[in-house]
Amino acid sequence: MRTYENEISAEEDIAFIAMVCLLIAMLCSFASGGEKKSITIKGSDTMVHLVSNWAEAFMKADPNVEVAVTGGGSGTGIAALINGTTEICASSRDMKEKEKQQAKEKGVEVKEVVVARDGIAVVVNPKNPIKELDMQQIAQIYTGAYTKWNQAGGNDKEILVFSRESSSGTYAFFQEHVLKNKDYTQKAKLMPATSAIIESVSTDEEAIGYVGLGYAVAAGKKVKIIGVKADANSPVVMPSDETVTSGQYSISRPLYLYVPAKTAAEVASFVDFCLSDAGQAIVKKDGYVTVK
Amino acid sequence: MRHYYKDRIIKLFLQLTASLSIVIVICIFVFIFKEAVPFAKRPGLGELFGTRWVPTSPQKESFGLVPLITGSLVVTVLAMLLTIPFGVGAAVYISELAVPVEREILKPFIEVLAGIPSVVIGFFGLMVLVPFVKSCFGLATGLTAFSGAVLLALMAIPTVTSISEDALRSVPRSYKEASLALGASRLRTIWRVTVPAALPGIMAAVMLGTGRVVGETMAVMMVTGNSAMITFWPFDSVRTMTATIAAEMGEVAFGSDHYRALFCVGIVLLVSTFALNIAAQKVLSKYRMG
Repeated sequence: MRTYENEISAEEDIAFIAMVCLLIAMLCSFASGGEKKSITIKGSDTMVHLVSNWAEAFMKADPNVEVAVTGGGSGTGIAALINGTTEICASSRDMKEKEKQQAKEKGVEVKEVVVARDGIAVVVNPKNPIKELDMQQIAQIYTGAYTKWNQAGGNDKEILVFSRESSSGTYAFFQEHVLKNKDYTQKAKLMPATSAIIESVSTDEEAIGYVGLGYAVAAGKKVKIIGVKADANSPVVMPSDETVTSGQYSISRPLYLYVPAKTAAEVASFVDFCLSDAGQAIVKKDGYVTVK
Repeated sequence: MRHYYKDRIIKLFLQLTASLSIVIVICIFVFIFKEAVPFAKRPGLGELFGTRWVPTSPQKESFGLVPLITGSLVVTVLAMLLTIPFGVGAAVYISELAVPVEREILKPFIEVLAGIPSVVIGFFGLMVLVPFVKSCFGLATGLTAFSGAVLLALMAIPTVTSISEDALRSVPRSYKEASLALGASRLRTIWRVTVPAALPGIMAAVMLGTGRVVGETMAVMMVTGNSAMITFWPFDSVRTMTATIAAEMGEVAFGSDHYRALFCVGIVLLVSTFALNIAAQKVLSKYRMG
């Protein structure tokens, strides 16, 4: 009788201990935190490559700091900065007045730093005979005023308009600078990632899309980058480092890091690093244009 | 004495785990309604019945849910049109006609299909299905409601098949034997006796499958093109409610109109899947009773 009871209780003990251990393990995993200082950077998908490369080089130089980089779109990053869930926001557009207002309401004073420049390439399928468009024509296509390619000097085919999702900084920049703040056509297909635009434009003959210059160049022969004219009578300009820096190419933009004005020393030194010669060398290597 | 407390603690712990899901469901409902309700004051509920979904605009923001609802509707209906024949057909075959060896092979494969993560299915869709749909139907692009529906059908078929199969199997043997004894052929018995007897279970399966289809996000977002147009044509691009939330939730500032509007979309989704689940449970329990 006694042995029987012991057996049962031994089994029960094991189950009990196992459960307690599990609970403790769960609690520990929540509570654990390292000694290292850490920076989180959130924002632009366009800049994710660039910022990751900066982060890697920065961590090599200062092993005591851990830098975590995530994308999600500039809007996501700015929202995170306002809500205090990220230390640095990488953004491919400037903060809207509304967002600055929201930041102020939350008691966050935000500092803006231009860290690189980027050109936005307009791309079409390689089979499309179109070689150049002026800014008005691109705007007409994206607002839905033109629905056929022959209205812009191409074939008698429907235009398939590809855009990024509205959380993308490229979306907002394109809307402001090319569409002059008009709304995108309801027919525009909003793709969740730059790679999805490249993929779609490379397979669909009637497609048009816009992507960061670095991506367009990396895509190689899959898509055709077209030349852009500032207006109908201006010369055609192909996007390149030189034309972006000189401002000849019409669709180019600054890339920003946003940080709170009062911030930790490691955050400030990260921003300094991005602007240093070593940081700007990475900008160049990643296909963007340096600010100095 | 020690035993007593230990038992109590363990029982309490298990009770907690079991009731956690109820608490969570209630929390979700409360949270979502709490975030959405201010939308009724400003800009007002009427805004939701508009026909344009332009949540970020330098001109005028509009939050009409109609294109999103029709988008979800088109994709769901198409997906179910594909799911029902394949899902129920597979269930009939596995439960009534397949020899045991076939069943041993078929069942695990259907279960594997159910376990594939939706983002993987979406990736497959973008790379393989979308170009295929484009060339197959001679379209300008394969990013259409139809492509989304095909992927969703892939995800719903396993659910529908396994629940329908359970229903078909629990039809009493005596029904089939009676039918066969009266001289009905095997197919006739299936068609006129077994399937009608299992119909409530099959209906419940279809409803649960529909619930899965309505709520699915990732795969749909990758292949439907996401344009917020009102259309019922399968080869147009559509924007579903789930894809809208997933794509836009990350960027909105807390408390903005856009943020509230997304919660309104959430309510529409939650209520429709909730209704589907309740209906399915009702049908299923009725069927189990009688």
